[in-house]
Amino acid sequence: MSRIVILGAGISGHTAARYLNKWVGKEHEIIVVAPNSKWNWIPSNIWVGVGQMTEKDVTFDLAELYGKTNVDFRQAKAVSVHPDGSADSAKPFVTVEYTKADKAGVVENISYDYLINATGPKLNFGATEGLGPDHGHTVSVCTYGHAKEANEKLQECIAAMKKGERKTVVIGTGHGMCTCQGAAFEYIYNVDHVLREAGVRNMARIVWISNEYELGDFGMGGVHIKRGGYITNGKTFAESLMVERGIEWITRAHVKKVEAGKIHYETLDGTFHELDFDFSMLIPPFAGVGLKAFSKVEEDITAQMFLPNGFMKVDADYTPRPFMEWSAKDWPRTYQTPTHRNIFAIGIAFAVPHLISKPMQSANGTPINPTAPRTGMPSAAMAKAVAMSIRDMLNGAEKPTHTASMAEMGAACVASTGSHILKGTAATMTVFPVVPDYEKYPEFGRDIDLTFGEIGLAGHWMKYLLHHTFIYQAKLRPGWSLLPD
Amino acid sequence: MGNITNKEPYQQAYYPPAPTGFTRFMRTCVLWQLWRFVSINIKMIKLLSRSHH
Repeated sequence: MSRIVILGAGISGHTAARYLNKWVGKEHEIIVVAPNSKWNWIPSNIWVGVGQMTEKDVTFDLAELYGKTNVDFRQAKAVSVHPDGSADSAKPFVTVEYTKADKAGVVENISYDYLINATGPKLNFGATEGLGPDHGHTVSVCTYGHAKEANEKLQECIAAMKKGERKTVVIGTGHGMCTCQGAAFEYIYNVDHVLREAGVRNMARIVWISNEYELGDFGMGGVHIKRGGYITNGKTFAESLMVERGIEWITRAHVKKVEAGKIHYETLDGTFHELDFDFSMLIPPFAGVGLKAFSKVEEDITAQMFLPNGFMKVDADYTPRPFMEWSAKDWPRTYQTPTHRNIFAIGIAFAVPHLISKPMQSANGTPINPTAPRTGMPSAAMAKAVAMSIRDMLNGAEKPTHTASMAEMGAACVASTGSHILKGTAATMTVFPVVPDYEKYPEFGRDIDLTFGEIGLAGHWMKYLLHHTFIYQAKLRPGWSLLPD
Repeated sequence: MGNITNKEPYQQAYYPPAPTGFTRFMRTCVLWQLWRFVSINIKMIKLLSRSHH
């Protein structure tokens, strides 16, 4: 019997756990280590952030679910990896520290035969002074707790507008190196929608601020889509949506500091600006969770296994090259670490070889460019590929048998812009592949048939369908494995 | 200040395309959107099937 340890129970970690449980759970041991007691369907936090859903709609208890399976769940955070064991242990192990109340602070070493690092990101609010809900002046929708708090502050703002006060709402990214613009993009339209529903839209100035070079970049260098007899850049449609809803935008911006009611930012031209606000949701930059790695003789080998940003190195080509020499082939395919065949990193935990958008710097040398997104669909696809590879390696395969390169897979983003079943609309966008491949698709880097975008009620239905389908699937309800990931 | 009878050009909102009344109608036209729903689902299934290797 082998033991597979999965660090993290987000979209990628839980996807790997449910497939491994299905395929090898009876013959092998599966341990999931995650610091939170609940699984969270993060894309729907947007609806929690505007009061249209509650915590229970987007979460469920992990211990209760795993209790019905062969998965052993430990509510703990991973502290370090010992991939070659130690003086006391011949087997590799991870050191974890429990976060569950009755065992809080207890440290344990858990040995493994296979390790999947799916720890997700650290929400790095500390990178920008005054950013974030804990020690700053802005709100967030990155966790359900944050989203709940965001809605409370939004409702206070709406109440003040109903009394006749004018308010400025600022939504976007809180640093020049952020990713996940899509979440902020969706949130701004939902806020616009709830203000209209409350009859106070005319009392609010809504401003988008982001590190994108142009609207619609989304950390993927923008997309081209077929529309009205032309192949047009997504910027056109992103701007059109903003204008239609009376939203202003600031792009090429690095938020330097947030004070109560004031955002200080620098733009790519090297100038500095201030923007007053009453309510602001700014996405933080992401970093690795801070896992350390040690050799058999307790030597710190973190730098060998992780990039300086804390993400784990896998089978990508990390050779630094100029932008014009970047290639789809640089992106990892199996997510196996180059140093250890039994360690994989998936979801946000793996280190990307480089950005997708073109790197830019302000005249003052400040990097202002979106970093590469890793949304739910790619995270689930790479988790399933790694689960299949481990299943096959347990059955004797020498090396990983399945691949899931972001340069060979698509992603979908459905941003709801109103929730009524007959009058609501959503912007639906798909890209294939996520990372453009100019060798395969010389003109636009992507398959123009599978890369599309449109606005309409159908997108809103899709959004609801995806919400319920993925939660149904994650809860391992009957037939879950027949549903697409 | 007299009545405003002109519009300031060259602003951010001056350039992007605006949807026509027909486009806006079609966004919530249930019959058309049912067709779009089927169409988007087919595209997504195609996209998913090409994403797993």
